[in-house]
Amino acid sequence: MSPGYELPTDEAAYSFGFLDEYAKREVRRCILKAISIPGYQTPYASREMPMGRGFGTGGLQVTLSLIGPGDALKVIDQGADDSVNAVNLRHFVELTCPGIDTTESTQQATLIQSRHRIPEVPLTEAQVLVLQVPYPDPLVLVEPSEARRKVMHGEGDYSRLLTKLYEDLVHFDEITIAHRYPTRINGHYVIDPSPIPRYDVPQLHQSKALVLLGAGREKKIYAVPPYTNAEPLVFDDVPFRTEDFDDASGKRRACACCGATDSFLDEIIQQGDAPTRWQCSDSDYCNQQLAQRQAMKQENT
Amino acid sequence: MGYVAIKGGGRAIEGSHAAVEALRTAEGESGTPLTLSTIEHQLRLLTSRVVSEGGLYHPRLAALAIKQMQGDTLEAAFALRAYRSTKPRLLEMPVQDTSNMRLIRRISSAFKDIPGGQMLGPTYDYALRLMRMDLADESPQAFRSVAKRFRQAQPDADLPDSFPKVLDALRADGLLPPLTPRAGEAFDITREPLVFPVPRSAALATMARAETGSLLAIAYSNMRGYGDVHPTIAELRVGYLPVMLPHPVTGELTEAGEVLITECEVVAMYEGSDNDAPPVFTLGYGACFGHNEVKAIAMAILDRALQKGMRDGPSNPSEDPEFVLLHVDGVDSMGFASHYKMPHYVTFQSDMDRLRTTQEKAASGEATSSESADTQGVKA
Repeated sequence: MSPGYELPTDEAAYSFGFLDEYAKREVRRCILKAISIPGYQTPYASREMPMGRGFGTGGLQVTLSLIGPGDALKVIDQGADDSVNAVNLRHFVELTCPGIDTTESTQQATLIQSRHRIPEVPLTEAQVLVLQVPYPDPLVLVEPSEARRKVMHGEGDYSRLLTKLYEDLVHFDEITIAHRYPTRINGHYVIDPSPIPRYDVPQLHQSKALVLLGAGREKKIYAVPPYTNAEPLVFDDVPFRTEDFDDASGKRRACACCGATDSFLDEIIQQGDAPTRWQCSDSDYCNQQLAQRQAMKQENT
Repeated sequence: MGYVAIKGGGRAIEGSHAAVEALRTAEGESGTPLTLSTIEHQLRLLTSRVVSEGGLYHPRLAALAIKQMQGDTLEAAFALRAYRSTKPRLLEMPVQDTSNMRLIRRISSAFKDIPGGQMLGPTYDYALRLMRMDLADESPQAFRSVAKRFRQAQPDADLPDSFPKVLDALRADGLLPPLTPRAGEAFDITREPLVFPVPRSAALATMARAETGSLLAIAYSNMRGYGDVHPTIAELRVGYLPVMLPHPVTGELTEAGEVLITECEVVAMYEGSDNDAPPVFTLGYGACFGHNEVKAIAMAILDRALQKGMRDGPSNPSEDPEFVLLHVDGVDSMGFASHYKMPHYVTFQSDMDRLRTTQEKAASGEATSSESADTQGVKA
């Protein structure tokens, strides 16, 4: 190959937010469309990001298109701010978006990018939640062809999905979908709410914050706008059930760190015969609870 | 710069980067760092693969990516692709005429003699794959003299600058359908998502930067019997294509540079057409950056298979545009395979909850059903 080529000299000069301005504008336009048609999977020309497809490139493109000076960004993975992937994404945004703030506090964040969790503390109108999505289409459970799924969505035809839920009940007496629970938005489109646990699904319903879902590899953006209905797909006589954190005696387990009994818990297997530990998955919530309890203790003494 | 939150995860990542760097330089004192020129020239087929899968013709940057990723083609192509994301699109390329290529190699397996002649050029096709032990301990002097001797031995350019295309002869003979000028712009996969059905230009663009192994595997399934293309290579050419761009001021087409590409055209058995037109051979087209012959052939076969699938409906995976085009991109597939290494604590917690609940239900269900069986037994 020709020796005449030089390495580009402008490598360090990545533009604000890594993507070129045209790309960011394109993403913003898709976001507007997604908000206008709640739950509709808006196709967009997802760019290759410098981290792996599947590591949150869809969410990242949404975040980078929206973020500006004055924003405070919180990035979590599995609920934790210091999970390797969260650290990596946050570091990348800090690198490419000079002038923004990052934070671990849910309340202080204006923009929250998350993988697999919605923060425990209810979000506000001033906040935007960006969820990373591996599989944007709940119908993929029952139909492999995207062209056919698109027609089914358009016609609001979710009969095969409901049949799958019914078959679960026949086989197991229980719906076996653990996470990514199909959720109907604004009475029409059913979305895959990303791999959040069922525990988090009710947070989407009439959420004060805008929720944006970005699938980079599958090239889709969709939204749950503020104050919009988000109803998990269920039958009238089979209630939607979230993860069960009761112990054998029926008592709600508490976080081993902060003692909270109202949070999603991680199960931590101990070495040897030590009993399994349960701990808040939302690390910021856990820290805040802990701080509150300690403050109360100090007041009492 | 605002408040930077880093804890355990951040330290782990830093440590991991240091370990990667230590392995890259593990030769220690006796090591010589690879130069980009060395990679670009001595590992030219690796560079070719990376520019092709990266979808950006920049051999020097590709060489850097190969060095940085320690030879991982998927990672190197990925780095190049991510670099490309930062660049705006400047213009719509006019159609480039590959009959103007400056060839280093062109063959046809359809005809013994072709206009302009066969030119075997650089290929391993007829080399015995025996280990060349003399390369194991090659002296710099020997290495440096080879190319010089080769050039001295070549007669001074009786070779024409360009060669006619084999397909033109077939077309003139009426064995191929006449060219119909394509209306409208080509589909730009870097700016538009694939929403099926997609035009052929979208399929060609997707395959041109597809991962070689993925493309080959699906094309091979067609060759072996999950399909019926039975191709003959009308022409396979490798060479430098002058890139003609409109001059920014005059608008006149001007040569802006050249790219090494591989192009393959296959003809496949004719098909009777629905109307009264005479039967003709059908065509499959493959082309990609760099010198990647297997990739270009696989692409040409799949192009032909996909055209059939688009027209008649797919009867094999290789004829299904969704199946082929959504599964051949290396950046997508390797990224998603890698992402399974990330923590999945929350979803797994959720999975365990479902399994435990159904296990409990199954256990209590068995208990009640055996009870009811007992009662029935008493009744009987």
